[in-house]
Amino acid sequence: MLKYIGKRLLMLIPTMLGIALVVLIIIDLTPGDPARVLLGTNATEEQVEELREELGLNKPFLVRYWEFVKNVCQGNFGSSIMTQRPVFSEMLMRFRYTLVLVVFGTIFSTILGIPIGIYAANHTHTWKDSLAIFLSLICVSMPSFWFALLMIRFFGVKLQWLPISGIEDWKGWILPCVAMALGLMALIARQMRSDMLEVLRQDYITTARSKGLSERKVVYRHALKNAIIPVIMVIGGVFGSSLGGSLITEVIFSIPGLGQYIMTGLNNRDYPVIQSGILIISTLFAIIILIVDVVFALVDPRIRSQYTRRKKNKGGKSDDGTGKEAKKANATA
Amino acid sequence: MTEQAKKPKKQTRLHEIWVQLKRNKLAVVSMFVLIALVLVAILAPVLAPYYYDEQNVANKYAPPSAEHLLGTDKLGRDILSRLIYGTRASLTMGIVAVLIGGLIGILIGAISGYYGNWVDNLMMRLLDIYQAIPMFLLCVALAAILGASLRNAIIALGLGIVPGYARIMRASVMTVRETEYIESAKSINCGVFRIITKHIIPNAIGPMIVQLTMGVGSCILSGAALSYIGLGVQPPTPEWGSMISEARAVMRQYPTHAIYPGICIMIAVLACNLLGDGLRDALDPRLKN
Amino acid sequence: MAEKLLEIKNLSVEYHSDEDILYAVNNVNLTLEPGETLGLVGETGAGKTTIAKSIMRILPAAQAEITSGEILYRGENLLALKEKEMQKVRGNKIAMIFQDPMTALNPVETVGYQIAEAIKRHNKISRNEAADRAGDMLEMVGIPRERLGEYPHQFSGGMKQRVVIAMALACNPELLLADEPTTALDVTIQAQVLDMMRGLKEKLGTSVILITHDFGVVADFCTAVAVTYAGEIIERGSVDRIFNNPQHPYTQGLFNSLPSLEATSRRLKPIKGLMPDPTALPPGCRFCERCEYATEECAKKAPEIYEVEPGHTVKCFRARRDD
Repeated sequence: MLKYIGKRLLMLIPTMLGIALVVLIIIDLTPGDPARVLLGTNATEEQVEELREELGLNKPFLVRYWEFVKNVCQGNFGSSIMTQRPVFSEMLMRFRYTLVLVVFGTIFSTILGIPIGIYAANHTHTWKDSLAIFLSLICVSMPSFWFALLMIRFFGVKLQWLPISGIEDWKGWILPCVAMALGLMALIARQMRSDMLEVLRQDYITTARSKGLSERKVVYRHALKNAIIPVIMVIGGVFGSSLGGSLITEVIFSIPGLGQYIMTGLNNRDYPVIQSGILIISTLFAIIILIVDVVFALVDPRIRSQYTRRKKNKGGKSDDGTGKEAKKANATA
Repeated sequence: MTEQAKKPKKQTRLHEIWVQLKRNKLAVVSMFVLIALVLVAILAPVLAPYYYDEQNVANKYAPPSAEHLLGTDKLGRDILSRLIYGTRASLTMGIVAVLIGGLIGILIGAISGYYGNWVDNLMMRLLDIYQAIPMFLLCVALAAILGASLRNAIIALGLGIVPGYARIMRASVMTVRETEYIESAKSINCGVFRIITKHIIPNAIGPMIVQLTMGVGSCILSGAALSYIGLGVQPPTPEWGSMISEARAVMRQYPTHAIYPGICIMIAVLACNLLGDGLRDALDPRLKN
Repeated sequence: MAEKLLEIKNLSVEYHSDEDILYAVNNVNLTLEPGETLGLVGETGAGKTTIAKSIMRILPAAQAEITSGEILYRGENLLALKEKEMQKVRGNKIAMIFQDPMTALNPVETVGYQIAEAIKRHNKISRNEAADRAGDMLEMVGIPRERLGEYPHQFSGGMKQRVVIAMALACNPELLLADEPTTALDVTIQAQVLDMMRGLKEKLGTSVILITHDFGVVADFCTAVAVTYAGEIIERGSVDRIFNNPQHPYTQGLFNSLPSLEATSRRLKPIKGLMPDPTALPPGCRFCERCEYATEECAKKAPEIYEVEPGHTVKCFRARRDD
């Protein structure tokens, strides 16, 4: 298992190199001269040329790529052109806001979405299931920013229960987290429901019933443990898309998180901010996917054994031994 | 009856799907809603009582009335007309982005799935890297860097959704590839291109259609989000997302100004999702419960 | 005569799909004495599995409906029991083995847990004791108890079926329903599993209903046979009587279509045609379209059940004694 995690961590390196390449290509696509865009139309030709030199824009693409990678490896993510502050420490400062948003959004959506999905799957052909499907479809189909605005209007302005923006205390976090979680919750619920229905059709569920187990045990132990496996994958995806989606939530609720930082960087054509910002968020995403894969392997013994078999063989007898014993058992029976 | 009998053999599969789909009332209704929306977009100049940019500052923030069914906005423009014209940008974003993304994705997936081996490996690793960037972030970055406009938003969305389609296509192609009729096509010396276009794509297209339909919905959503943060359609052209953005400032006094476009988005996306669900059931009746 | 272990009276089961009603089991009557081993024989789709699942009451609730009948187990109607009470019967008094061992085990639980779970459910014992008994059960089916902690994917098909059998026998049931327990296995493994089942049956005194389409297995394993066709039982009797003196044309046809080692020259005589569509059953005898002896009466009226010799019943007009 550790070996597997180690291998996956090593795989992060080419992924990060690739992301850096993609980001630089995107920036290279920029129509017009970035330096000219940065300085505005009033700048002189010399000023533009000076900035181009400063930003390294005159160097060939591969050299720029190499320098970017080299700097990142040395922990140097560059400094913002606008504020002159180092990108990395700036992002570190804002990181916790985004993290709270994404983590709580994912937790909310998971702890609500999974039970709703199970409940719906166990009540097919009833109005309860139809209602759950309908509501989750509405939630999936609704623009989250729009719903956030409606919530602000209702809970913040009309009832004045919750602050409409800013995050001075825990109350300020409620609306942003709910806004993040709603669509994702519906997504998880839908996935959970369809997986659950698929699993409930399986033979081993009939086997479990034929043992005389209570319906609760059949559903929550035997079915759920199998049905949750694909849902874990979806939750991983949800985590990732909320990393991207937090951008818009941060804008709406004026939360000074990573999303807003990158957004400002994009508006100002602040290339170091854009490059390093996307790289850092994507690396985070890659790490999350890695964690999900590990959890996946822990839950599913079929995958787990793929990674542990080798170790077992090294340990000596266990695999061979049982094989022999099995043959013996077959012969005696 | 006779009309059905006359239909050439090629259409029987489509016909079968249609028969299955017809049973699902929600899906049929959704399909008509989508057709109606497309018609609204095309016929906007005929249907809209005013031109979308017709201003009347004297009559700003007018309440709903016989002249302005949904009232007017900060520049005295008719909200209903703007909603009707807004259908154009929103639907274009959804449909064209999915066409771009779907086409590129299908090609990549088909090639990758058909050739397998190192081609597949290379393409999948590249997609891995591409997908490591959260999709919405990628769209925002692309849209911002290319410059805010409807065209660039569509390109950004289209490029953002490529990997998903490529993977679905690849998976279907890989299952189809192993089947015997591909073997037999190869055995009579069918060209590779012919095998891919004539045999593999039509047979692997089922799950793809479902994803494309739902993709239109999610692209409308993401497109609205891009417009909301000012990276999509530029004023004064109306778009549902940017209309919500404009209405935000007067949320306190005139919440309905933001509610209407949101409902429009919801209806369009809901219709896509319901139709997608219906198509999935029609394509694979086993999944229905 | 001793108390009957199981008595099925007029059982009918329907499956509902979107537009059709599928008549899977129609007015089936079947009895089983304690200690008896009954082979339930028939083609795929004849309703064998549905009968077994009705006894266990594990038919898919959304589609299947038991429309009439009683299933008396030691005189008690199982169909009238509350679900809670039925759970105490399932896996405890009556257990079932399924056709495909590949899919019958939960892939994410250890086999030890899956066996011990059944034991713990029906006995008031600690987890450790249950695990211990599960180990005993594994050894009984010829698998070393060290493998309790392994997962189903680590077992071969034959071994999985042993696990399934161990699970079914874990609470020492009085009645075992074995639904084609060997069909999915290799021929050599089939014989092993059957041998083992026979040994266990004799050792534990379990009554068995063995569902199969293989007369060889029946001859080898059973004391009595019931032949099913299109959701009905058309002939029932001891193995000896049915094999030596089959009365129903369908049963005769089944024997004629079996290859035989002795008469190498004889051509096999397959039964012509297919089983009737269970959504549109013929009004008369279900077999009449394929029957070489069919008369007009067969097409109009369904035959009753006639007793041709003690304990040997046939559902065919030809068995009617013209007094």
